[in-house]
Amino acid sequence: MSWSMVAFSAFSTIAIISSIFVILKKNPVSSAFSLILVFFSFAGLYAVMGAHLVAALQIMVYTGAIMVLFVFVIMLLNADTPVLDLKESGGLFKAITTFGVIGLLGILLKTVLRAKEIQATGNLTEDKINELGGNFKVISEALFTDYSFHFELASFLLLGAIVATVALAKRKSLKGSSV
Amino acid sequence: MTPEISFMLIKVAIVLTGLLAVVPIMLFVERRGSALIQNRLGPNRMGPFGMFQAACDVLKFIFKEDSTPTHVNKFYYTIAPWLVVIPAFMTFAVIPFAGSLSMDGNHFNFQVANLDVGVLYCFAIASLGVYGIIMAGWASNNKYSLLGSLRSSAQMISYELTLGLSIVGLMMIFQSVRLGDIAAAQGETLFTVAGLNVPKWGIFIQPVGFLLFLISVFAETNRLPFDLPEGESELIAGYHLEYGSMKFALFMMGEFINMSVASALIATLFFGGWQLLPGLAWVVQQVANITQVDVLLVTVLFQGVSFVIKVAFFMWFFVWVRWTLPRFRFDQLMNLGWKVLFPLGLVNLFVTGILIYKGVL
Repeated sequence: MSWSMVAFSAFSTIAIISSIFVILKKNPVSSAFSLILVFFSFAGLYAVMGAHLVAALQIMVYTGAIMVLFVFVIMLLNADTPVLDLKESGGLFKAITTFGVIGLLGILLKTVLRAKEIQATGNLTEDKINELGGNFKVISEALFTDYSFHFELASFLLLGAIVATVALAKRKSLKGSSV
Repeated sequence: MTPEISFMLIKVAIVLTGLLAVVPIMLFVERRGSALIQNRLGPNRMGPFGMFQAACDVLKFIFKEDSTPTHVNKFYYTIAPWLVVIPAFMTFAVIPFAGSLSMDGNHFNFQVANLDVGVLYCFAIASLGVYGIIMAGWASNNKYSLLGSLRSSAQMISYELTLGLSIVGLMMIFQSVRLGDIAAAQGETLFTVAGLNVPKWGIFIQPVGFLLFLISVFAETNRLPFDLPEGESELIAGYHLEYGSMKFALFMMGEFINMSVASALIATLFFGGWQLLPGLAWVVQQVANITQVDVLLVTVLFQGVSFVIKVAFFMWFFVWVRWTLPRFRFDQLMNLGWKVLFPLGLVNLFVTGILIYKGVL
């Protein structure tokens, strides 16, 4: 067994076990900590596949920034009560969840079985990327030339979300006080 | 064992022992340095200049009872200090501590891992360090600790943005994110004044970037004037209030190692990294002539020495600032981060872009 196989099994085992913990833990902060571990092991999986940039971005953005905010908000709200309990929900809800899970598992299985057919094409094969100067260069070039429109569109979406959040927060405080 | 693997093990050993040695040295420097700045003596009884005081401190930490309060969440309480220390050690992996050396057909790279993503790896791993602090504060089940970790998470997020933004200009100029490339590129001459060559160090081409990086790195390492997560006058000790003995020592170790990684990053990005200090090139020649050792070998040795001197200076700078400036208030910290440093970083990026487009840089 090669080293990458060992790393792959280790990271995927951690990912699966901590994903289970995310939904089983009663305490929301513990769930959030497990989710951090899930994201971290995803980064490990990307690194095993040679996508170092994606791994670094995964850790920086998801593990390092978004999850910190999650934990921050959970701590601030002190949300201790579980919102959803399957035991107390109705029969229709149970049926929908069960079929939903089975459907998702089916899609996952189909993807895994088709994995061999999916091949990187064009400039995105591993040798070609190394030839062009590494992941970092290839991704930045693609992002700022071929996909610059989509990239800018995504940033406008984020900007819109920020403006909307500020507007909502401000309206509340305007009603409450003279600020 | 192939030469590559043994050389790799040697590099890992050098980095690990170096980082571990930083802890007692910094204990000594911090105590005596603070005394120097505050015009008092400091611990001076154990050994020459009180040097063995650090060893006594370490012994004290080891032999103290390692108690766990009953009201804590045991699992998270125990692993939190490790989550501070381990990322601190991991971050150093991509920092080069000497140039490369080609001898007998073998190429030696004095850097534990020459990753494609370079400095981004540093930021990614360093951003994990905050979880140790958050976890410690939350698991301690104590108001003051929780407030400390809340402050820490808000502070880290705010200053990480500026930290990342401050070096984008540098990446644009050197067209690389690998720290090895950035350090090597800083050996070039920027311009010559009266026969003196001014090297292309980061501080000369990105002075604003350097200032932003320096300030945000202080916030990221939780050092004064930004040590609000601890804030002993308002939060007693903040996130590590409930910790004692070796567990507390791990937090302290994490802080010192984070400091040394931050200093190494400042040195590598803005002060030429392993590039020889001015005047050392002459010393290298003399040493090589006298000892008849290959000049390349001597150069690498002195590159390592230059790197250590630069890092040591910034470690001292951390201590110097800590005992000179008072602590910020939390709203001041947030205002500085979001309303001053972040816009300044954007402006710096814009100006750098224009200068590169015009061909000045």
